[in-house]
Amino acid sequence: MTAPLLEVRKLIKSFPGVRALKSVNLTLGKGEVLAVIGENGAGKSTLMKILAGVQRPDSGEIALDGSPIEFRNVHGALRAGIALIHQELNLADNLDVAANIFLGREPLKIGLIDTARMRREARKFLEAVGLVVDPATLVSTLTLGHQQLVEIAKALSVNARVLIMDEPTSSLSSHEAENLFKVIRDLKSRGVSLVYVSHRLGEVRALADRVTVLRDGENAGDLERDEIDHSRMVKLMVGRDLSQFYPHVPRKPGEVMLKVERLQTRAHPRYALSFQVCAGEIVGVAGLVGAGRTELLEALFGVMPAVGGVMRIGGCTLAPTSPREAIAAGLALVPEDRKKQGVILEMAVRENLCLARLRRDHRLGFFSPGGIATLSADMVAALRIKTPHDRQVVQFLSGGNQQKVVLGKWLALKPKVLLMDEPTRGVDIGAKQEIYRLMEELADQGVAILFVSSEMEEILGMSDRALVLHEGRLAGELARGALSEEAVMHLATGSERLSA
Amino acid sequence: MKKILGISILLAVVCVVTALASDSFLSGYNLENLVRRTALFGILSVGVTFVIVTGGIDLSIGSVVCLVGCGLPWLLTKHGWSVPSAVFAVMALSAGIGWAHGLLITKLKLQPFVVTLCGLLLYRGIARGFTNDQTVGFGTGFRSLRTLATGQIKLPFIDGFALPAPWVFLLVVAVAAAIFLNRTIYGRYLLALGRNEEAARYSGINTERMTILAYVISSTLAGFGGMLFVLDVNSAQPVDFGNFYELYAIAAAVLGGCSLRGGEATILGVIIGTALMQVLRNMITLVTTRNNIEFAIIGAVILIGVIADELVKRYAVRRRAARALAQETGGG
Repeated sequence: MTAPLLEVRKLIKSFPGVRALKSVNLTLGKGEVLAVIGENGAGKSTLMKILAGVQRPDSGEIALDGSPIEFRNVHGALRAGIALIHQELNLADNLDVAANIFLGREPLKIGLIDTARMRREARKFLEAVGLVVDPATLVSTLTLGHQQLVEIAKALSVNARVLIMDEPTSSLSSHEAENLFKVIRDLKSRGVSLVYVSHRLGEVRALADRVTVLRDGENAGDLERDEIDHSRMVKLMVGRDLSQFYPHVPRKPGEVMLKVERLQTRAHPRYALSFQVCAGEIVGVAGLVGAGRTELLEALFGVMPAVGGVMRIGGCTLAPTSPREAIAAGLALVPEDRKKQGVILEMAVRENLCLARLRRDHRLGFFSPGGIATLSADMVAALRIKTPHDRQVVQFLSGGNQQKVVLGKWLALKPKVLLMDEPTRGVDIGAKQEIYRLMEELADQGVAILFVSSEMEEILGMSDRALVLHEGRLAGELARGALSEEAVMHLATGSERLSA
Repeated sequence: MKKILGISILLAVVCVVTALASDSFLSGYNLENLVRRTALFGILSVGVTFVIVTGGIDLSIGSVVCLVGCGLPWLLTKHGWSVPSAVFAVMALSAGIGWAHGLLITKLKLQPFVVTLCGLLLYRGIARGFTNDQTVGFGTGFRSLRTLATGQIKLPFIDGFALPAPWVFLLVVAVAAAIFLNRTIYGRYLLALGRNEEAARYSGINTERMTILAYVISSTLAGFGGMLFVLDVNSAQPVDFGNFYELYAIAAAVLGGCSLRGGEATILGVIIGTALMQVLRNMITLVTTRNNIEFAIIGAVILIGVIADELVKRYAVRRRAARALAQETGGG
């Protein structure tokens, strides 16, 4: 390889309560597609944000073309030719395509926006990404795949030499994804370098010239083109063989705990979902972003009440219209957005742990401070929550320990069915394994677990059975024996043939 | 606790300064008056604290004070209602107003600022309407009812100072409020939903019902305060009775350590905050000869107070984060 275009040395970044990057190196050659992979919480997103100038590192060096550079903000990075395309797209969808491409750099004529010229120029960049739409089209009317191409066109319009793509296919259909791969290969042949962050190892195998694996904020290893295969990647990501990382032991399922009958979520009322989860069973829910996975859990938990259908738990049949009713029936939900929905950041560990339980333990509305202290101490010990004391404000705990607080809040209620939405998002690898172990313990105790995950390895490693959703429809159900990345993706993308 | 200490020191300093600058500050008459005003305003402040805890705001308090302050003598003297039925009517009306605010805010998802701003205009307008802008009062009647506000409780061993009756009401209201907020599950729910409404709802808390309750408490105490105010001064002018009282109440709560972002409140702090506001007003009257700068001084003091508080808080957060990180990396 010739002299690298972009070189990162010993990058360190801390946030309150967590070290996101302990010391990370990365090199990127001209016209190279570098895949950066790692489990949730490995530090990929932080690294990408630093490269794009969204965040600033605590220490470390970034060199472009051999000379060290430092960005104060996104503008600085863009000027240097580095553009980030976020997982959630950053387009103003009330403006048209051309206005988005030139946002902040509008061509002017006597102080006013020169719309004609802007649209003319925009057409050039749209051609480069193979997108055939009128530059005057409102962005909100485009599909997600097309919006992503607009973002890429925008990056090209600032002469980006390095394009960072964070999980670009997480919300694309298989057809849109294939189109994106074509654009990526085309950009590469024109000398643009790409950093490609993905959970989808199949895509990585198909696209990447080289793979850099991160684990827990550090480099776990690099793979050259001819070394890239599934098991090597996984081994580097989790630090050991898969079978050791996921402690899952299939057990004999007990009686049916949760039976969902013809449930219609508000987001996808056209489809009725029916399935069941047994005591001691761990069922994964897979699907692309927007497939309706979170909506399914929220309907079951009464956050977004279903528009049709019922569920049966134990003896009772209900269609909860509030979390209160769902909790009373024996459900618990570890929500997707921990900081907004899971914990109350400014409250102490103790208060968070007892929040759901208060309703049961009061006498004439008064709670017993002693009882709360005991319950909290029990939960901190049982879940091994790392905190100096249970009066500590949850905000200052690491992501993994915050997630354990959420779990503890529910375990105090002894739920029959535990719903988990991305249970290991943003937690470090140690806490991740502890959460898996807790899931196993709960299943042993006869709790039925239904969990949503975007991480393929997690679905494959932890489920007895997986439900795969595609655009709101239950596309299929895979027993453990039939579980594979290809099988899940096949159903999740709704494709007729296997892609990538 | 640190916050209460800070504001207590500030209160003590203002008291000492005023006592040194003016001989009449420590006179029995002035102190009695001061305590009475503090007690009356304190009831309003405790009420608005519940709304502030949820992260909301109640701008209608002054107008509810006016509505009740005019309505009570109007029902008693113009319409000859009996005392119990008139008192019941104005208190029920106040609670109903709070309930309506709560419903609009939770069910229709209107913003508290807008709902209670409309309330501010509406209730004063109604009071001015039914009184036809005429001053209403009790005249020389209703002496026994008026002792609720004007009565005095002689203290043993202290001459020249008697505890004003409203102080007893404030004590009862404040103790009940403090117990409710800190010792019952409902108080805990209010604190939780004020911090993070969504997480509270995901934890199975009926956040709508709790929010409605907060507005009912605020308006009910505003009505109760309004009743005591009019009993105290004997008559009410609908044009300006209770004018700006919501702002005094909110300012006292903020001085007393409530965050307008919600989830944070101590009743004791709120009462000390109220006292501070009243002593400041008293100081301006006694020490300066210019009453017209009252608002400027109060505004400046509150602003300095919240700026100091914010700076201290930022410093504390930084130190805490650094310590947590040290533990994380040190302890593994």
